[in-house]
Amino acid sequence: MDEILMQIFQVGFFTALIRIATPLIFATIGELFAERAGVLNLGIEGIMLLSAMTGFSAAYFSDNLWIGILAAILTGVAAGILMGALTVTLGLSQHVSGIGMTLFCSGLAFFFYRLIFGQPSTPPNIVAFQPVAVPMLSDIPIIGQPLFNQTALVYIAYALVPMAAFILFKTPWGLSLRTVGESPHAADSAGVNVAWTRYQALMLSGALMGVAGAFLSMVQFNAFTFGVISGRGWVCVALVVFGLWSPWRSAAGALLFATIDALQLRLQASSAIDIPYQLFLMLPFVLTIIAMAAVSRNARAPAALLKPFRKEER
Amino acid sequence: MIRLRLERRESTPTWFSFALPLAAIITTLVLCSGLVVMAGANVWEAYTTLFMSALSSRFNLVETMVKASPLIFTGLAVAVAFRAKFWNIGAEGQLLAGAMAAAFIGGLSILPSWSMVPLMIISAAIAGGLWAIVPAILKTRYKVDDVVTSLLLNFIIYYAMTAILDGPWRDPISGYPDSPDILMDAEFPVLLRATRLHLGVLLSVMAAPIVWWVIRQTTLGFAIRAVGENPKASAYGGINITKVIIITALISGALAGLAGAGEVGGIHFQIMAGISPGYGYSGIVIAMLARLNPLGVIPAAIFFAIIVTGAEGMSRATGVPVFLADVIQGTSLLTMLAALLFTTHRIRIKQAHHG
Repeated sequence: MDEILMQIFQVGFFTALIRIATPLIFATIGELFAERAGVLNLGIEGIMLLSAMTGFSAAYFSDNLWIGILAAILTGVAAGILMGALTVTLGLSQHVSGIGMTLFCSGLAFFFYRLIFGQPSTPPNIVAFQPVAVPMLSDIPIIGQPLFNQTALVYIAYALVPMAAFILFKTPWGLSLRTVGESPHAADSAGVNVAWTRYQALMLSGALMGVAGAFLSMVQFNAFTFGVISGRGWVCVALVVFGLWSPWRSAAGALLFATIDALQLRLQASSAIDIPYQLFLMLPFVLTIIAMAAVSRNARAPAALLKPFRKEER
Repeated sequence: MIRLRLERRESTPTWFSFALPLAAIITTLVLCSGLVVMAGANVWEAYTTLFMSALSSRFNLVETMVKASPLIFTGLAVAVAFRAKFWNIGAEGQLLAGAMAAAFIGGLSILPSWSMVPLMIISAAIAGGLWAIVPAILKTRYKVDDVVTSLLLNFIIYYAMTAILDGPWRDPISGYPDSPDILMDAEFPVLLRATRLHLGVLLSVMAAPIVWWVIRQTTLGFAIRAVGENPKASAYGGINITKVIIITALISGALAGLAGAGEVGGIHFQIMAGISPGYGYSGIVIAMLARLNPLGVIPAAIFFAIIVTGAEGMSRATGVPVFLADVIQGTSLLTMLAALLFTTHRIRIKQAHHG
């Protein structure tokens, strides 16, 4: 048993944990902004997949990883605008629009990947982002390496959580955004443009989902595969509920999920336990459902979530 | 200044049931023609091969119906669930549950041979229904969002299935991670000699009017619609919402499970990881295109079966990636959803008054 524990909790384990948590944090915070403004963005899975594809392709052809990230962000913003057109301007069912967005974006990702790269026997790859050690901090024993010898996007993810909390709770824009999600008629009376605020939230949401998707194809795997997202987007929707729509709690949920995922990766690799690896892949999904069941009864979603806003109709 | 604004409309003309899906599909094809052009192909040629290759020969026609069968089942599954606003996105997983149950029963040599096919069908329906109850219970008891749970459950059952196929259920003869073939007696009867037109196709076509009848004419159907349209009022009127949602989930999952039974008993005769190329998700598109009307599910499913079958031929002939079929599915869901706006609203052109 000690041997198994030793195998699991090496320094590499924590490095992997942070790496797994990073895209989840980006996408979860993205989903959180949309939901706080009153729009459930179920396009998340497809937006992440499409951005993973566009980001990878842009980086592949430009030889510049940051151009890849930019392409992924633009993809996400465009998807956010489309989602806004459906759910805000037309006021269509957010559930069905989101599923439609995911099917649509996934279809586009497959279509363009095949169009651009054909069917190569080995998937094309890029030189992924390399870790950048933070001077001094990375020398701290034990936590220094996993926390401060990571790729640039990981550091951005660290900053993202407090920034998101600050924007939501301390800035006028954050206040309008939350009011739009809680009580759009009150926001409207106070002179806030409800539709435009929701569009802004969806664009930001899409941009963050875009970075999350690009992280997976450009840092975690350095290639695009059709299964690059495989349910991570849906998990992020669950993490927002689990986090009770708070950036800190949601990010903590992402870390928890990443811990389980990193654990299952270790257990898969470990020779000490002979269990089919698919059961380990299944485990995080099972625990996500249990976690949602544990908190959902007391969870209070933004009051206007799922409700379209039409000024003339009350 | 001229402004467009949406106004509520009182009633929906009946011809909308045909016009809206048609308009949605035409819009989709126009939008997707941009992709065909990007792929360097002739739009007319690509679309004619897409639609005609599925209808070109007797063989292809039968194959299209064979493809349509699971789509009819999953389309019905989603239509029933969405009627009650039970957002079952888990038809994919419920199909797998049904397929596994059918393959398990179909491999049992202790059963009398005459009972195998009926038992496979029944067990697939039960397995699919039970798997669909999970998100329904989570929704009604724990208030967990049904979309997310039913989606996550798809991944759970998929990994569970591949784990079993990799281990105890692996075919000892081939050594591949597929289940052993079902017994000869468990294979679904073929309706048309020398084709794959199997019993499941007939069942799916028969299921649609039955589901239509249940939704339209029975007390249960009334309760399902009432819960979907106005849960508060229906609770006030004495309907037990929890019970209705769970029964809806059972029916929905059972229908999706039947799709799995047909694939195992009539097509593959075994289980493998790729047994469903997303039939459960296509079911959502089909149900929406049918405006959740079970009778409309049949033409909608046939339409997508044509596209899925034709995409291969189109890709070979013109070089347009087969994934055009996926884009068409996603786009038509969005255009249909937008078109449905016209059932409740009309566009009014307004002259704005100044001063």
